[in-house]
Formats: sequence, C-alpha cells, structure tokens
Amino acid sequence: MSASDLAPITNSLPFLLQGLGLSVLLTAIAMVGGIVLGLVIALVRLTRVPVLAPFAALYVNGFRAVPLILVIFWFYFLVPLLLGRSVGALYSVLIAFVMFEGAYYSEIMRAGLQSVRVGQWQAAKALGLGYLQTVRLIALPQALRNMAPLMVTQGVILFQDTALVYVVSLHDFMTSVSIVANNTSSPVEMYVFAALVYLAICQVGNALAGRLKRASRTA
Amino acid sequence: MTYSWNWGVLLQEPYLQWLGWGLALTLAISLSALVIALSVGTAVGVLRSSDHAVLRAVTGAYISVFRNIPLLLQMFLWFFVVPELLPAGAGHWLKRDLPYPEIVTAIVALGLFTSSRIAVQVSAGIDAVPRGQRMAAKAAGLSQLQAYRLVLLPQALRIIIPPLTSEILTIFKNSSVALTIGVYELTTQTQQIQSITYQGFEAFTAATILYVAIAMTVTVIMRAIERRVALPGTTSGGLHVRF
Amino acid sequence: MTSHEMIKVEGLSKSFGPLEVLKECSLTVRRGEVVVICGPSGSGKSTLVKCINGIEEFERGQVWIEGEALPSRGRAAARLRARVGMVFQHFELYPHLTVLENICLAPVHVLKRPRTEAAAKARALLARVGLADKEAAYPAQLSGGQQQRIAIVRALAMDPVAMLFDEPTSALDPEMIGEVLAVMLELARDGMTMIVVTHEMGFAKSAADRVVFMDKGAIVEIDETQAFFAAPRSDRARLFLSRILAH
Repeated sequence: MSASDLAPITNSLPFLLQGLGLSVLLTAIAMVGGIVLGLVIALVRLTRVPVLAPFAALYVNGFRAVPLILVIFWFYFLVPLLLGRSVGALYSVLIAFVMFEGAYYSEIMRAGLQSVRVGQWQAAKALGLGYLQTVRLIALPQALRNMAPLMVTQGVILFQDTALVYVVSLHDFMTSVSIVANNTSSPVEMYVFAALVYLAICQVGNALAGRLKRASRTA
Repeated sequence: MTYSWNWGVLLQEPYLQWLGWGLALTLAISLSALVIALSVGTAVGVLRSSDHAVLRAVTGAYISVFRNIPLLLQMFLWFFVVPELLPAGAGHWLKRDLPYPEIVTAIVALGLFTSSRIAVQVSAGIDAVPRGQRMAAKAAGLSQLQAYRLVLLPQALRIIIPPLTSEILTIFKNSSVALTIGVYELTTQTQQIQSITYQGFEAFTAATILYVAIAMTVTVIMRAIERRVALPGTTSGGLHVRF
Repeated sequence: MTSHEMIKVEGLSKSFGPLEVLKECSLTVRRGEVVVICGPSGSGKSTLVKCINGIEEFERGQVWIEGEALPSRGRAAARLRARVGMVFQHFELYPHLTVLENICLAPVHVLKRPRTEAAAKARALLARVGLADKEAAYPAQLSGGQQQRIAIVRALAMDPVAMLFDEPTSALDPEMIGEVLAVMLELARDGMTMIVVTHEMGFAKSAADRVVFMDKGAIVEIDETQAFFAAPRSDRARLFLSRILAH
C-alpha cells in the first residue's frame, strides 16, 4: 500500500477512533450488564423459583433462537413506544444488547455453577451456609475458573456482533468505516483496514481466553 | 402507550407473500451455506489435527482470519473488495454477469465464516478420540486417509454433535446479516413491512415465530440424528468427552 | 539373516527430549517362539513392542520382519505392519463398529479381501474364542475379557506372521484375566510367534520359551524361561522377581 492509499484512513482517523470507542463501550456495557443479568437468570433457573424459573427458561431459549439483528429491530421499535418518546438509537441498542447477552451469559454461568461438585454444596450446607451464601462464597469462586475463558470468548463474539448496529445507523467502528469508504470511494482500503483492526483486537481477546483456560487447568 | 393493533396485516398481500419469500430465502441461504461450512470445515479440521507443522500453521491462519472478522464485514469484503482485487476479467464477471450476486455472496461469506468454527470443533473432536485408536488403526496397516475415514472421523463427528447443533442453529440466525448487502431474507422483509405499515409488533412477531420454528425443527432433527447414531450399550452417544 | 528368524531388532534407541526411553535394544525372535518381556513399570517394554511394528517412531536402530527391513513411514511400512498383529492394553476396539465390523475392517480395506470372505473368516475365529454369538454387539456392550478376546481375533483375522501383546491383561478385572490368557496359551501351542509384555509370570512360566528382562530403557538380560525363574543373572531381575512373585 502506498501513502496515498492510506489517505482516507489517516484523514478520517479521529472519526474512526470515535467509532471504535463506541464499539468498545457497547461491548463493555453489554458484557457487564449481560453477566449480571445472566447470573440472576442462572440462579432463578438453578433454584427452580416457582413461576419465574419457566419464564427464565423461555427468555433464554427465545433470545437464543432469534437473530441479533431482529432483536435490535425489536427494541429500536419497542423502546420509544414503551417510553412514549424517542430516546435515540443508542439506548434501544444498549438495552437490546444487554438483554440478548444476558441469555447467552446465563447459559455459561449455569453450566459453570453446575460444574461445581455436589460434595462442595453439601459441605457448605453442613456448615450452615444459606444458598446464596454458598453461591457467593463457595460455588462462584470455583466456577469462575471454568467460566472465565468462556466469558472472554463470548466477549470476542460480542465485540464482533456490535458491528450489527450498522442496521440502525449507529456510528460504531464498522459503520464509520463504511461511511468513510462511501465518501472517499475507497472500499478496498477501508474494509481491509477494518478487517485488520478487528482481527488484531479479537486475537488479543482470544489470547487472553487461552491464558485463562491454561490457568484454570493448572489451578 | 398508544398502538393500534392490526394482526390482519400479516395476511394481506403483498405482505404475506413477502414473508413467504423471506422465509424461503433464509432457508435457501442457510442450507447452502451449511453445505459449504460442513465440507470446508471438516477438511480444514482434519488437516488441523495432523502432525504436519506447515499444515497446522496454514489451517490455523485460516481459522483465525475467518473467526475474528465480523460476519457483516466479511460480507462487505466479498461483495465490495474481492471483485476489485481479482484480475479485471474475473472481477468484471462477478460484478456484471454473476446472477443474484448478493445472494451468492451471502452464501459464500456465511459458509466460510461458519466453516472456521466447524473446523475448530472437528479438530477438537478428533483430538478427543483416544490416542490408542490412532495406534490401533496404524497397527492394522490402515493408511492415514483410511484411519481418518474409517476410525477417527466417525467417532469425532459423534462427539461433536451437540456443539455442531448450536453452530447449525447459528447459521440460520446469521443468515439475517445478508440484509446488509441487500438480500431480501426474512428479517429484511419484516423490517420492510414495519417501515411501510408501522405495524412493527405484528411484523416482528411473525419473524420471531418463524425463527423459533426453524430453531425447534433443527433441534428436533439433530436430536433424532444423535439418537440414530448413538452407540448401543452407552449413554450420550458413547463417547463421553468434555471440552 | 536366516529364514528361521522372524523378528530381529538391532540397536534400537528412542528418546523423548532429554529422556532416553530405549537404549540400544537388540533382540531376535525365532519363528514359532514365544518371548515374554517383563520389567518394572517405565522400563520401556511397551515402547519397545510399539517400535517393533513401527507405530512408535525411533531415532536409531533397525527392525526386520521376516528379513524385511521396516521402513520408517509410508505405504511400505503400513503393508509390513499389517503382517504383525498387535493387541493393546486397553483393547482399542473401534467403539462405533460392531464386533464383526471391527474384525473385518482391516482385511477388507488393507488386504482388499471380499467382504463375504472376511466375514466368514471372522465368524470362524469368533467361534474359536467362544464368542460366536457376539458378532452384532458393540464393544461397549461387552465385558473387558470379551473385548480383549475380540481384539485378539481382530489381529488374527489379518493372518499375521507374528503377534505383539502390550500388557493384554493389565486393564482387566481379575476374574477375566484367565479367559484371555487361555486364548493366548492356545495360540502359543498352535505355534504362533509371540512377543508378550506382561506381569503374568504364570503365563511366562507355562508358555514362554525365553524371557527378556528390561529396566530403565535397556534390555538387562535374555534367558531361557526355566533359567530365568530358577536363577536370574542380574540383581535387578532378582529384585523384580522377588517383588512380583511375593503377591
């Protein structure tokens, strides 16, 4: 690539960085929100809370059956309708991502908590610990070792999925790249550049997941 | 909240027809992509499991590239970038003469994107087959190809049926990304109905029900396959392995 | 090399990184001879038999089977390997195939025998080990002893010139060891050339012509069976024998 090929990138760097910032922000909020929501859903299902547990199962299976794009459209349409005023795409998208990721993270948490040996739960019970105490003090710390790599892997998928906000024209990295590509008629340079950026960031995430996996094996 | 319900809109023409075409296109794209994903994914996964250093490196790079770039961007790369990079004649043919270029692009992009994930599962499945099986095949004089075809792959594929099921479910969901390059699949059609009639509830509900129906059908079929190939005398397909 | 030499191993050495697992091992086995290899765990016995048919690679040394040098890899190696039967500690039956399919796999795909011919031979062999009624069963439906007898049949179906046994009874429950040893004894009586890695000293006494004692990757001594059990020459073999015969 010559310097002139890079001009569209260098000229619009602040704009692209802003887009990347939004992608990272979306990923972070959806990950944290999704993990918290996922933990609640997992606990509701594991303890078989009456009425709520079947509802939680329906929630998880429902969200896992439909495409994220459709979920984004749903909330883009629903949120203003429910609030009675328009709040902009960002809030709809944030809610959509947190709800969607909550379904996926709940499955990781559920499997993780279930992987803690029965004897550990019984030992805690014998010591007089309550259920939530057992989860907090005994089960989660152990399960976290197994779950951490999967949570990071899910985060890498989530980071890639944020590109889908393109469909509601929110200016994340992908959308910003496509705007620059159109305005400067340089799709080859821009999209190859974007691919390299995503590749690099996701590789860092994968490397982290790999390290966590090795750590959980040796621990 | 003020909203005027009109479920009848779904049965009106042309909207009913739009939904039908959308569903048909979603199924067609997903199933074609699945064929590509399974064949390329199995081939790459097998090569990945070999002890040949160069093959491992090449397949590792393939998996890395197709796994770590968002599907949406991969569709753009195939649609906007690849024709520019090819020799003039081929690029011209892709842009001008290829029938339904956006559909073909969606199938290729979705198929190769998914193939990288299937390759990872296939090679993990082969690694999960006990080492002694490879030795027994070798001791009996089977060639490498025979050992894979007759001994290793039949076991590996049984092991990976559960994760493979979720990958197949994902392919149907991911086909909606074709919307971004102008394919009128199910999600696109419902979004069109919503933007024209403002009956978003009805349109998105229809799409949701259809996607759930697809997911349930795929799950039922995969469970049937799993039961059918389960080995007598064993539980859970007989080859209990944890990833 | 004379025609009565079935298997010849010369100067075989192998290491995993800095660890030498086989040191200059040499052994000649005559046609129809039964040789038992014993020694403490980690002495390299299993590795040695796996090198003899080349399913483990080795750095130095050479193996001959009926006078033919074993190539390190490729089609020729596979052809030569197919002439030596192998029985594994953990049976290694193919779990996705029925008993009959397990036995016929290599005859059909390696020797290119017609299926019906391979099946007929398989059934005859199954009858010989008393498992004629199990041809449609899957490995997981059988006991360990039955699986190991079928693994022996699977090897015999290739009409091997010699058989290698890698601790064939050490993964079995005690009550099943007898049925497998009985099949092996019968094979020995029929004149099969056999190399057997085992801790079953009773089998060694009644079936072996010679005993090889290994320790730390090296062949320490090779004796006629009677002589070995009466008076092993090395201290290490004496210690090993006193320990193993104590139970």
